[in-house]
Amino acid sequence: MKKLMMATAALALTAGTSYAGGHGKEVKLGVLFGFTGPIESLAPAMASGAELAMEEVTKSGMLLDSATVTPVRADTGCIDNGLAVANGEKLVAEGVNGIVGGDCSGVTGAILQNVAIPNGMVMISPSATSPGLSSMEDNGLFFRTAPSDAREGQVMAEILKERGIKSIALTYTNNDFGKGLADAIQTSFEAQGGEVTIVAAHEDGKGDYSAEVASLASAGGDLLVVAGYLDQGGLGIIQSSLDSGAFDTFGLPGGMIGDSLPTNVGPDLNGSYGQIAGSDSAGAEIYANQAKDLGFDGTSAYSAESYDAAALIMLAMQAANSKDPADYGAKIMDVANAPGEEINPGELGKALELIKAGKDINYQGATGVELIGPGESAGSYREIEVQDGKNVTVRFR
Amino acid sequence: MDVLNAIVALTNFVMIPAVAYGSQLALGALGVTLIYSILRFSNFAHGDTMAFGTMMTILFTWLFQSWGVSFGPLPTALLALPFGILAAMALVLVTDRTVYRFYRDQKAKPVVFVMVSLGVMFMMNGLVRFIIGPGDQRFADGERFIIKARAFKEMTGLREGLAIKTTQGITVVTAIVVVALLFWFLNRTRTGKSMRAYSDNEDLALLSGINPERVVMYTWLIVATLATIAGVLYGLDKSFKPFTYFQLLLPIFASAIVGGLGSPQGAIAGGFIIAFSEVTITYAWKKVLRYLMPDNLDPDGLVQLMSTDYKFAVSFAILIIVLLFKPTGLFKGKSV
Repeated sequence: MKKLMMATAALALTAGTSYAGGHGKEVKLGVLFGFTGPIESLAPAMASGAELAMEEVTKSGMLLDSATVTPVRADTGCIDNGLAVANGEKLVAEGVNGIVGGDCSGVTGAILQNVAIPNGMVMISPSATSPGLSSMEDNGLFFRTAPSDAREGQVMAEILKERGIKSIALTYTNNDFGKGLADAIQTSFEAQGGEVTIVAAHEDGKGDYSAEVASLASAGGDLLVVAGYLDQGGLGIIQSSLDSGAFDTFGLPGGMIGDSLPTNVGPDLNGSYGQIAGSDSAGAEIYANQAKDLGFDGTSAYSAESYDAAALIMLAMQAANSKDPADYGAKIMDVANAPGEEINPGELGKALELIKAGKDINYQGATGVELIGPGESAGSYREIEVQDGKNVTVRFR
Repeated sequence: MDVLNAIVALTNFVMIPAVAYGSQLALGALGVTLIYSILRFSNFAHGDTMAFGTMMTILFTWLFQSWGVSFGPLPTALLALPFGILAAMALVLVTDRTVYRFYRDQKAKPVVFVMVSLGVMFMMNGLVRFIIGPGDQRFADGERFIIKARAFKEMTGLREGLAIKTTQGITVVTAIVVVALLFWFLNRTRTGKSMRAYSDNEDLALLSGINPERVVMYTWLIVATLATIAGVLYGLDKSFKPFTYFQLLLPIFASAIVGGLGSPQGAIAGGFIIAFSEVTITYAWKKVLRYLMPDNLDPDGLVQLMSTDYKFAVSFAILIIVLLFKPTGLFKGKSV
């Protein structure tokens, strides 16, 4: 209770001071995440990340004519296209100048098609990873600070090749994410001369995976790649494979990396390996500490990406000297990439100042941002190996 | 040698998992079928009764573990099982007194009961999540394997391993014991006979002095026992997650209906039919055939009838075919 009071008081104080200096202009940014639904556990830390960036900019008083930045939260439900589109339109009606979101790949595509493009609204998603979004026509309005799964497929194929794997069996969770990732892994691995013996889907939340494991075992392979979720069917498949002796080693893409997997499976998982999006940039640590001070977990998945997404929008506004999406959209790639001075989290005020002075910046942020191709993160990955029941980072790629 | 390898591979990946899964489904289907024959409605809350009983067993298991009590090589959960069963019994009796009895007194139609059980299902759903949370719980301890795949390979020198988990062994043994007891109870004891009489003809049973409330109570007690045992065996073998138990309702009902709703023998047969159809029809025969066929005839493809995505389609296709040709199910239950 005491903490809450303190926090409210502190908030009121900052709000007070910023209003005093910043009546000139107000910038509203939509924060459109799945506060309900399958990733409801991740959404709060993502939203806090985005709002941290806005608060930092407001405090600095450097954006445009010392504008205040106000977040407006709305829900996507993660898998509810109707809800997501309705809430996207609500944000536009409320007069937001940009949208941080959506989160899950399916709803992000729906918001892009039905809200962002018709209204000319810029949106940056921190967490939509479906390769399908790369080729979607977006009129230069859509960006993402998360890498496409196509990139993860390449990274995984490289890791497998370096470890001398010649053939794999592949199973994926039966949805957009799983299918896209499985396709990416298969294409990249086969392009390198590897053999994929079988590609089999599994359903999440089902009790019995013996049929899937029987088929995977029959097809064989040096190891089994499980493109699923670590607390869902992916866990069931691994457990069942180990129990029946079908596979000893597993390839674990991002959805399968987490502390709960080695804990649940036990020592049999040792020696399995995989990768998850992440970088060794200095920014990651700075951001994590900032988040810690504010009482949320900055290492939670896609929280750092959300901070970066919000920061990019505001930096681009400064570069275009306008809060109109039609003006600043084109500047996002400029502020995100070299040349220019490198900007870490907590230095947004300095960045705004530099831009105002007409200098280039190269925003690194909390995830070492580097946007490529159609405006998506180039993607650095942590290679993970399970050793003694822990996920150990082997190297960065 | 190759023939042996083929047999071992088939046993390891098809027979053993399907027998264990089939036993779990059969126990679940027995509960559904008893309710249907005696109380005359499809109990949608059955999956969540299983979840509740299992949850209580897990809580007692944790309590015993914290006391340092264990059951040697067997899972501690077996010690906690009786307490879980008692808790589940209390829950279903309370539901019966507060909910179902009201509708029974009104002689409500079966479809009303089905809807009521749906409501009860959501209540129990919430209750279980409220107490233990929606996440995965693992509570199996003791020796994990009777035979390990690797040990079997070294022992026999075969290329294929054979693994039998302790939980699979326990599942099958328990299922046999429970089913034997149930049939003995239904066919040999006075209460069992009165239950069957009530099921066959309610009015006649009432006229001959059978107390309906007692029959109903015994039915619930047996159903709670079966549900908890099925749930705990399932949870030991795989893992406990409320959502999965809710989803188990589909294969359990499929088993009960294929076998013939209201027929205990049918429920058991149905459980195994559904389990085997899910595993065998989608099985890729490549490995087995490679052992059996001469070298130059080795199959290139997977030799899979259909992909595993269709495993549920298979069990429901069987369900529809059975209902088309034998509407009362394989063992002459009551028509749906």
